[in-house]
Amino acid sequence: MQIAIASGKGGTGKTIVSSNLAYYLNKIGKSVALIDCDVEEPNNHIFYEPTWFADENVNRLVPQVDTIRCTGCEKCAEFCQFGAIVCLKGKVLTFPELCHSCAGCINICPTSALEKTSRKIGEVQLGLKDNLLIVQGMLRVGEAMSPPLIKEVKRHGIGKEIVIIDCPPGTSCPMIQAVKGSDFVLLVTEPTPFGLNDLKLAVETIRELGIPFALCLNRSTIGDEKVWDYCKIENIPIILEIPDDRQIAEAYSQGKLFLEVLPHYEKVFVELLTSLEEIKSC
Amino acid sequence: MLKELVVISGKGGTGKTSIVASLATLIDNKVLADCDVDAADLHLVLNPRILEEYEFRSGKTAYINKEKCTQCKKCLELCRFDAIGDDLIIDKVSCEGCGVCVYFCPLGAIEFKDNLSGHWFISSTTYGPLVHAKLGIAEENSGKLVTLVKSQARKVAMEQNKELILVDGSPGIGCPVIASISGANLVLVVTEPTLSGIHDLERVISLTEHFNIETAVCINKADINYEMTEKILNNCQKQGLPVVGIIPYDNSVTKAQIQGISILDLAPESKTAKEIKKLEKELKLLLN
Amino acid sequence: MKVALSSKGQTIESQLEERFGRSPNFIIYDLGNDSYQAIDNTQILNSAQGAGIQAAENIVNTGVDALISGNVGPKAFRALQAAGIDIYLTRGTTVKKALDDFKKGKLSKAKSNNVDGHWF
Repeated sequence: MQIAIASGKGGTGKTIVSSNLAYYLNKIGKSVALIDCDVEEPNNHIFYEPTWFADENVNRLVPQVDTIRCTGCEKCAEFCQFGAIVCLKGKVLTFPELCHSCAGCINICPTSALEKTSRKIGEVQLGLKDNLLIVQGMLRVGEAMSPPLIKEVKRHGIGKEIVIIDCPPGTSCPMIQAVKGSDFVLLVTEPTPFGLNDLKLAVETIRELGIPFALCLNRSTIGDEKVWDYCKIENIPIILEIPDDRQIAEAYSQGKLFLEVLPHYEKVFVELLTSLEEIKSC
Repeated sequence: MLKELVVISGKGGTGKTSIVASLATLIDNKVLADCDVDAADLHLVLNPRILEEYEFRSGKTAYINKEKCTQCKKCLELCRFDAIGDDLIIDKVSCEGCGVCVYFCPLGAIEFKDNLSGHWFISSTTYGPLVHAKLGIAEENSGKLVTLVKSQARKVAMEQNKELILVDGSPGIGCPVIASISGANLVLVVTEPTLSGIHDLERVISLTEHFNIETAVCINKADINYEMTEKILNNCQKQGLPVVGIIPYDNSVTKAQIQGISILDLAPESKTAKEIKKLEKELKLLLN
Repeated sequence: MKVALSSKGQTIESQLEERFGRSPNFIIYDLGNDSYQAIDNTQILNSAQGAGIQAAENIVNTGVDALISGNVGPKAFRALQAAGIDIYLTRGTTVKKALDDFKKGKLSKAKSNNVDGHWF
């Protein structure tokens, strides 16, 4: 089962939920992979300090010009929607950092003067901690295209009984790439006006993707009732509530899993699993 | 001369928008701009009255015209984004708008249409004009929209003779943030004393340094972890960055947000309110 | 010889714009007959990425031999170089003053981009 942990914006507690959920599932003997898809800022490793055992480069396709064959016809430059190829005074220049790897230019070139070459966009790192597989992507600094890397990072979870995906924040392409193919999405928010606003954006996005989802409320004891009211109207189950507890915030600030420091909170995760089972069976 | 103050945070959830809202009540003669276009929240506390609304168009999406299509599946074969299903329907979320299918369709059965990616607004608030935007679901190019919001805020400021543009910047370190801070006179980074907060602060500072923009730091929720706060203070001192605000963890910030007002109105005598007033004075000194 | 200058306004009395790609205007100055025209670059101001490349295309099409600006990023630098346009950098001045300095040979040719681009 693949569960994606997502939110409409950063700082709602996505990483707190994913890191502690993975810890709990691993502890009760499941075979678990924790996949950190926030490739700009992977933070789950802070809570685990895993032993890294593998590291793979991730490349993607970009065009390269063969200046001998190129006639300067400009067809490629006219075609490219992303401004990644220009033709100036008969010379073709490519800008791989703007390229989306659609291969259109390569297919279009009448003299086959564009060749496929690869560009490194980042790395996938694999780590282990007490049987828990931790996978993260590191986007190369200066690289704008994270979705192809996210796709690669996710591939490493295949084969595990439960795969927890910590998604990048927001509702744009990277988040969608991370959520895609999941069996279930757990949205994380706080019961505040900002939290509600961001939740609505995330809900719209997940509905577009057609994946079943439920809500996790972080710092559930602050704020007002509006998130509950919204969930009632929209028929969204709230299956995990983490209260506003200074000790949780302190554990987080020190890079510690709060379940390890405050084991009495395990009961909220027990309830979460029961709710998940119920949702799955209906 | 017109100045521009941009508040950013690196990591989300540090309290950036609440701080901008508080500063908005203290600083006179300014234009506000919400550049957090992916998840814009500033309007929730400023209760804007929308005066003007515009469409934001960006990028394209392909659509197959079923009547012309002979199901040769050439498009399916060439699409590198798995955006075309066996049913020959293009998934608009996956479509990158590259135009390969449009170009190579032997029957010209694929149309290429402009995306309506969002909207942007000029509004009035109690604290001055606000330029803000809403990016559509699953839309890209927020950097472009940020640039647009900023240039419109600048235009409003010139027309109305304002002295300052106060910008709620985008989170992260990517394209939208770079677009937010470009052209700023001063960047205020709001951070929190956590491991990820420190990490993200460093990355954001390298960004502002890189673009050679004067930078000040504000530590929010400073009493959550004194050790980390101390560490941030030391790091900033080493790098010659002024720490212009140290604000305690205070639940009344959330209470203020729920009531749609600023903490300065809710609890004007609180330590938090006093610290924010101090912060505003420090920022003014740095700007002049 | 024709020279392009990034400019905040549309006349040679305007301030020289420090940014190249996101410059609102370019002044295209013809040293042969001391005349100039202003071209609008605002379309590019609204593009998220690749503004420098588009601006480079824009001025290459006017047939200039040199560019005077404040900052030129790596992508624009590559594009201008490929088109054989020499780049001269100066700041905090007007278009007119920058041109005078250029004519007197006070500006030196840039050998590489002086700012990193949008991504780094």
